[in-house]
Amino acid sequence: MLKAKSNKARISSLVSIYKAESGHPGGVLSSIDIILYLFEKEMNFDSKNMSIENRDRFILSKGHCAPALYAVAAGCGIIDRSRLNGLRKLNHELQGHTCRTTSPWVEASTGSLGQGFSFAIGEAKGLKIQSINNRVYTMLGDGELQEGEVWEGAMFSAHHELDNLCAIIDYNKMQSDNLNENIMGLEPLANKWNSFGWNVVEINGHNFEEIDVAFDKARNCKGKPTVIIAHTIKGKGVSYMEGSPAWHGSLKLSDEDLVQALTELGASEKEIKEAINE
Amino acid sequence: MSKAPELLGTSGDSLREAFGKALTSLTPQYSNIVVLDADIAGGTGMHHFRDKFPDRFIQCGIAEQNMMAMAGGLAATGLIPIVTTFAVFMLRAIEQARLSIAYANMNVKIVASHPGLDVGPDGASAQCLEDLACFRAIPNMVVISPCDPIEMKQATKAILDYVGPVYMRTGRSDTKKILDSEYKFKIGKGRVIRDGEDVTIVACGVEVSRALEAAEFLKDEGISARIVNMSTIKPIDIDLLEKCAIETGAFVTAEDHNVIGGLGGAVAEALAKVKPSPIEFIGTQDVFGESGEPDELAEKYEQTAEFIASAAKRAIKRKPGN
Repeated sequence: MLKAKSNKARISSLVSIYKAESGHPGGVLSSIDIILYLFEKEMNFDSKNMSIENRDRFILSKGHCAPALYAVAAGCGIIDRSRLNGLRKLNHELQGHTCRTTSPWVEASTGSLGQGFSFAIGEAKGLKIQSINNRVYTMLGDGELQEGEVWEGAMFSAHHELDNLCAIIDYNKMQSDNLNENIMGLEPLANKWNSFGWNVVEINGHNFEEIDVAFDKARNCKGKPTVIIAHTIKGKGVSYMEGSPAWHGSLKLSDEDLVQALTELGASEKEIKEAINE
Repeated sequence: MSKAPELLGTSGDSLREAFGKALTSLTPQYSNIVVLDADIAGGTGMHHFRDKFPDRFIQCGIAEQNMMAMAGGLAATGLIPIVTTFAVFMLRAIEQARLSIAYANMNVKIVASHPGLDVGPDGASAQCLEDLACFRAIPNMVVISPCDPIEMKQATKAILDYVGPVYMRTGRSDTKKILDSEYKFKIGKGRVIRDGEDVTIVACGVEVSRALEAAEFLKDEGISARIVNMSTIKPIDIDLLEKCAIETGAFVTAEDHNVIGGLGGAVAEALAKVKPSPIEFIGTQDVFGESGEPDELAEKYEQTAEFIASAAKRAIKRKPGN
């Protein structure tokens, strides 16, 4: 069930990037299973009223993977699926990076790494101050962890015992130019978060059973924020993208790229034709 | 055992103290104010708030970038976050102010103490001479610099009632009481606080009292100077500037800030649109400051009443026909 939905979200997000003629497919495909799980299974919210005070919140701190969030939102009825065709287009609400003013259902305006994480911490602290028992989730990229602001926020969250906060690292091991380890290495990553006072859970970020257990652990951990280090594959689901930093983006998908990707993801011939010809 | 030394510069009537007291007295009228501090509450006037409302005081540590972006998130839960630290450290987090507050149009108030040469002996690293220019260039951001404790109190209420991002300067040193209790602060409005017809001196912050002093010098020389307290730098009061251009024909701007991009820049931009007029600019001339007492620095960097009066005479000379 989730597997089928995540395949569909993969297809939708790639088609939207193809139509936009730019975007970041690699990170979209590594992050999308967890984002889908959050909206389909984990979070409490009303898809018809995303401004209700008592809602769980998700902030995509790695804002360049917005097409994954948009596709998931379309899948659970927050936005109409037809809106995906306007991604990155002039006068359209689906901005290249998530934008709270054009898309009020989006929790934060992101696109500058590290900031969405801090914004999420602010929400978690704000909910605590007002004794509102909702949870805040935020997803960071691995390259994003090179921003000093992340570690400022990590210290704050542990010091303030924000156990209503759960951060997920989309640990696909690659950033814009190359492997993390060739740019500025992150390991030992779990130890870093541990030493900053966080509850650390490590999982395969494409395995829904492991994702399910991880969010349970996060919810049940008291007095500490939780970080889920999700080992993922950049470009997951499309053979020529998997494990290749070349597909970080921002880049254009050719007709051939799209057809092969959609075929591998099990799209029907009709779906593929519509995507190319519309 | 020796007594712990008292913190320097925390005396009564500075703008930071006035802000701290005003915010603390206004807070009971609002259910949703929180203050964010980066380990410097004693310097920003926020110790008043911390002592009275410890549950609404969020200690962020010396980590301004996280503090600034976090304020956006706090606002997204319905709170009114007041971000406080020195002006120069606001610059450190200006990209967070841009994206997580201004771009998202969050209801956050950024209140900066220790602007300008007024910081004094700490020297150039702490003397922020660029904040008005930087924050003014950010869309959605209102920029305010009150001149005395009376205006600070009113401005504090005004920014709490205004919905949207605001950057406001307080100040380190003791200020003179300039305005009377009849004065009414309004965001976006400059006020003529002394009338005159030969030249208009537009000032903000600590330069307002120096401008008033300059008007006295000029009066002795038979020159009638109008003084405008332009406490809102953005949006600038273009109607008032146009009126002053028609009625006086020449301008001096005076600010404790670089002459590039701050109050002077805002006034020049406005006048260029509605009525180009000769303007002289008082402020630092695109240089950094140094250690020294505020009055010594004002003298060395040509921001005292005498320099404002000389600038007024130069501006008058440049009027067409003179």
